[in-house]
Amino acid sequence: MSEFFAMSGYALYVWSSYAIGIGALLLNIYWARASLRQAEAQARRRLASGDAA
Amino acid sequence: MSWAWFHRFGSPPYFYRLATRWVPWLSWPAGVLIVGGLFGGLVIAPADYQQSDAYRILYVHAPTAWLSQMAYTLMAVAAAVGLVWRMKVASAVAAAAAPIGASFTAVSLVTGMLWGQPMWGTYWAWDPRLVFQLVLFFFFLGFIGLRSAIDDVSRADRAGAVLAIVGIVNVPIVHYSVTWWNSLHQAPSVLRAQGPSMPASMLVPLLMSFLGITLYFYAVLFYRTRAEILRRDRGAAWVRELLTGKGKTA
Amino acid sequence: MSRPASSLRAASLILQRDLTLAFRRPGEWLQPVAFFLIVTMLFPLALDPELSRLRALAPGALWVAALLSSVLALEFLFREDGRDGTLEQFALSGQSFAWLLLAKTASHWLLTGLPLAIAAPLAAVGLGAPASAIPGILVALLLGSVSLSLLGAIGAGLTLGIRRGGALLSLLVLPLAIPTLVFGARATAMAIQGEPAAAPLYLLAALTVFGITLAPLAAAAAVRISLE
Repeated sequence: MSEFFAMSGYALYVWSSYAIGIGALLLNIYWARASLRQAEAQARRRLASGDAA
Repeated sequence: MSWAWFHRFGSPPYFYRLATRWVPWLSWPAGVLIVGGLFGGLVIAPADYQQSDAYRILYVHAPTAWLSQMAYTLMAVAAAVGLVWRMKVASAVAAAAAPIGASFTAVSLVTGMLWGQPMWGTYWAWDPRLVFQLVLFFFFLGFIGLRSAIDDVSRADRAGAVLAIVGIVNVPIVHYSVTWWNSLHQAPSVLRAQGPSMPASMLVPLLMSFLGITLYFYAVLFYRTRAEILRRDRGAAWVRELLTGKGKTA
Repeated sequence: MSRPASSLRAASLILQRDLTLAFRRPGEWLQPVAFFLIVTMLFPLALDPELSRLRALAPGALWVAALLSSVLALEFLFREDGRDGTLEQFALSGQSFAWLLLAKTASHWLLTGLPLAIAAPLAAVGLGAPASAIPGILVALLLGSVSLSLLGAIGAGLTLGIRRGGALLSLLVLPLAIPTLVFGARATAMAIQGEPAAAPLYLLAALTVFGITLAPLAAAAAVRISLE
């Protein structure tokens, strides 16, 4: 098992690559969700102000 | 041939609903394929006889590099369609593709560097492929920077489209020029020519990663496109209906 | 719609007007050349004054300085005419907007690109280039500065209405200028080494012709969008 994690000495390079790749996948999902939430909130505000007027 | 389908895609509420419906159908296979591909690349695929375990970076590096180039092409085509046919949905797709493309271009560069250090003994070499990827990154940054500098969304869309078209016309020229530039310097051929014979246990996880990340890209793209459509259609009746749940016809 | 004058005639009038205006304010268009000369002067001071070693760095130093100075000069391309509404008049004139902008780009090149190309051999000699390299360097810079002005016109058009768009302008234009830099610097290097520099010069000329054909169209689209 420890042999697997050692990646025949390239552990630092291999694992950090996978971490960065997976990090980017998750980050993009988070960004997409945040951006939709923000757009919805903006549209709601706009609707609310339109209703008040 | 009827162009009705094309016009239907151009309708913001239609595309918004379509995107909402497609996202889960894209994300689940994407998740399964990416997890399978990365697991296969890390565990099942045998170590390479020349590069030992370091080549496993390929399973992250190659799909992200592919994704960045696909994102740029799609962005430029969508932006051009948005500019020429005044199609808001296409402009929304282009705006949504840029940040995804930029982030994965960065990932492909960084993982390439992490692969380069153990294999070539250096993080960075002035290899045409690396330079080209770097230029692509700057094209993305320029597109994002220009769009964010313009407040009006519709003007930002059209200005961005002109830049994206100029950029994609320049892509082959930049590619040719850096290849030509490199051929003069006789750089050591650091990139080993990949033999076509790759055992299935190496190839299958790679193909799974490629397919998975492609589906992932479209899932995230459609999710982001929904946000971009809302920004462009804020005052529309269908948005009111969508957000408040009641149809209030003016 | 009546066309009182051909687009070509209108373009030549713009050229005359721009040159007349510019000669009233020589300080403005001399700045980019001065900038170019200062940057090339910085290289020997920062690196190593040994001429034989400078000679190897000269092409790179010349072209990086030329690129930066031409981006700096782009500020003058559309700014005044954008501010006082002249560009809008051009857009509404019924003439081919691309031709009018090509004329503006041409006058801009005459005022900033041409002086740069003339100053470049001087700077190159200062960096250790032999006198025999002067024709090659001159031709390379003449061609290269045309294509930089044309690419720059697109960038300047896109950033026209943007406040403090200087850094953005360089981010947009410099990646597009990479082929010009590669071929230009290579031609300069070959000229300095005394090799025939025809191949990169042909490629540079091809880029310039390509730019003259397409860049004004893109610049016209960009300026129109920025004017709205």
